[in-house]
Amino acid sequence: MNTTGTHRTDTRETQIVADTEVPLVRIIREFDAPPEKVFRAHTDPALVARWLGPRRHEMRIEHYDCRTGGSYRYLHTSDGNEFWFHGSFHEVRPSELIVQTFTYEGMPDGVALEKMIFEDLGDGRTRLTATSLVDSFADRDAFIASGMEAGVRESYERLDGLLAG
Amino acid sequence: MAIDPLSRVFSALADPIRRDMVARLAVADATVNELAEPYDVTVQAVSKHLKVLQDAGLVSRSREAQRRPVHLEAEVFDLMTKWLERYRRQAEDRYRRLDDVLRSMPDDAEPTSPSQTGESS
Repeated sequence: MNTTGTHRTDTRETQIVADTEVPLVRIIREFDAPPEKVFRAHTDPALVARWLGPRRHEMRIEHYDCRTGGSYRYLHTSDGNEFWFHGSFHEVRPSELIVQTFTYEGMPDGVALEKMIFEDLGDGRTRLTATSLVDSFADRDAFIASGMEAGVRESYERLDGLLAG
Repeated sequence: MAIDPLSRVFSALADPIRRDMVARLAVADATVNELAEPYDVTVQAVSKHLKVLQDAGLVSRSREAQRRPVHLEAEVFDLMTKWLERYRRQAEDRYRRLDDVLRSMPDDAEPTSPSQTGESS
C-alpha cells in the first residue's frame, strides 16, 4: 500500500517548510524568469509595489533602498486600518542574495531575519528560497497563524504539500 | 510549560515514518499491528512513534476491546494544516502577482555579458 506521494506537488507551486529545530519558515518557489529579472522585481520599488502587498492598490512604499546598508518602510492598508512595516537591508548581492530584517511596527520589538536566495536553474528559470527566522517558536507560529483571510479548503488533498517538508 | 503545542506537532511530523502513519490514519483507523505491517521495523518501534504522535495530540487510542485502534485527531491535524496552508497560499498568491510582474518586464540584455556602457566614458 502506498499512501504517500501519490500526487507530487508541482514544483511550480509554492512549497512551505516549517522547521522543527529552529523557529523558521522557508518558502520555495520557481519562476519562469532569469535570476536578474526576479532580483530586479525585488529591488525596484515600482515593481515591488505591484506584487508584495496584499493587493496592489493597498500597498504604499515610503522608501525602498535595496542595497547593502539600505532600508525600507512601507504601508499596507486594509479596511481603513494602517499597517506599517520596516527593515534594513543587511546584505544585497545582485541576482544572488538579499538578507534583510522585517518588523511590523505594531510589534516594534519583534524582528524577523529574512534571507532570499536566487538560484539560476538555467533555461531562464529561477528558484527563489525565502527563509524567515524569528527568535521563538511561539513567534514563528503566531507569524504563520496571523493576518490571513481567504477561504481554506478543509481537505487532506494538501497533505502531500504540507508533508513535503 | 513545555514547548507550545504547534511546535510539538511539527516535530512529531518531522519523522518520515510518522508522517506516513498519519497519512494512513487519515484514511482509516488502524491497529498497531496494521500500522507496523508495511515498515521494516519492530512493533515496539512503531509503538514508540505512536507515543510521540499521541503526546502531540495528533492521535488517540480508543479503549475498544483488545484491538485498541489508533485514531487520527483530525481537529488538531486540521488546525496545523490550516495555518500552514493559509500561509502557503498567501505566499502563492503573492508570487502569482510576481509572475505577472515578471511577464510584463522587458527582457534584459544578457546580464553577464559586458553591458554596453551606453556612453563611452
